[in-house]
Amino acid sequence: MNQAAGHETSSILRAGDRAPDFTLHTTPDQQVSLADFAGKTVILAFYPADWSPVCGDQMALYNEIRPEFRKHHAELLGISVDGAWCHAAFADARKLHFPLLADFEPKGAVARAYGAYRHQEGHSERTLFVIDGSGIIRWSYLSPVGVNPGADGILQALEDMAAESPEKSA
Amino acid sequence: MSEPIQGSLRPAVTERDHTLGPAGAPITLVEYGDYQCPHCFRAHPIVKSIQKQLGDQLRFVFRNFPLAEVHPEAMHAAEAAESVAANAGEKAYWSMHDSIYKHQQDSWDALDDQHLVRYAVSAGADPKQVQRDLSEETFTARVRTEFLGGVRSGVNGTPTFFINGQRYEGDWSQVPVFVAALRNV
Repeated sequence: MNQAAGHETSSILRAGDRAPDFTLHTTPDQQVSLADFAGKTVILAFYPADWSPVCGDQMALYNEIRPEFRKHHAELLGISVDGAWCHAAFADARKLHFPLLADFEPKGAVARAYGAYRHQEGHSERTLFVIDGSGIIRWSYLSPVGVNPGADGILQALEDMAAESPEKSA
Repeated sequence: MSEPIQGSLRPAVTERDHTLGPAGAPITLVEYGDYQCPHCFRAHPIVKSIQKQLGDQLRFVFRNFPLAEVHPEAMHAAEAAESVAANAGEKAYWSMHDSIYKHQQDSWDALDDQHLVRYAVSAGADPKQVQRDLSEETFTARVRTEFLGGVRSGVNGTPTFFINGQRYEGDWSQVPVFVAALRNV
């Protein structure tokens, strides 16, 4: 999987761009900022909505691959326009063990900043960003909205980053 | 195969795989499946029917892709099947494989350890060995390796099928459509 495989209609931020900072609720009483992860690799996975069908669900898949992400010292953050209460119920039902960010108010503001918002539908694109410890996007991928992009592209990006700076890799 | 990496089977089929059908068959169908997945349950008789129709033309391979957080019993089911293969052979493995899918929807506890051991006994395996393999996690690493191989091949859910190494994007739920795709390689 590579960038060329994605369609080019939305102009998402690309490798080399600075990742816009954000502060969003992960739970009704907790917030996280991208800046909190300075020095760490962040996988930012925009998805259209909570509650898509179970077995093909992108977040359920990433949930299983956390150990591999961890090997690369990468933090996984899911993000959609759903509210924090919705995320809480979704994470609980699917036993998700990573934060889901609520891009809820103003709606989709972070998705817009990353060029990953679908204005007509009112939700984000299905888009992946791998952001390095200094806040630079190292890889991004725009998937057709109905297609779960899997995790191969993320793992490849993390491996490529490790190969470029071997002293930081696990 | 000149397709991009997406949708290509990365770990090739080897003697470590569980296969049904001749090694030299012109068509190889690989399924990445989860023993607790209801879609895989639906796919199981469809694959059987396809095997019957294509006979020696087809080699079928099953690889584990348990989504263990949403399907808490899928991991042990996969490990129990591997244990059966290791201690009673490939024929027993396929009997175990069929039993697990056949019984998946029987009851809420159809895939707990007790039931898995029962299916293993019917398949001809030693129940003590299967229990030991489950508690000692003998096959956990193998199942995880298969899962990650699937991830690197672009598997994003179950079941995912590969026909001669290329991901099948068509409809698997209709036997004639699936058979036509397989014959078309």
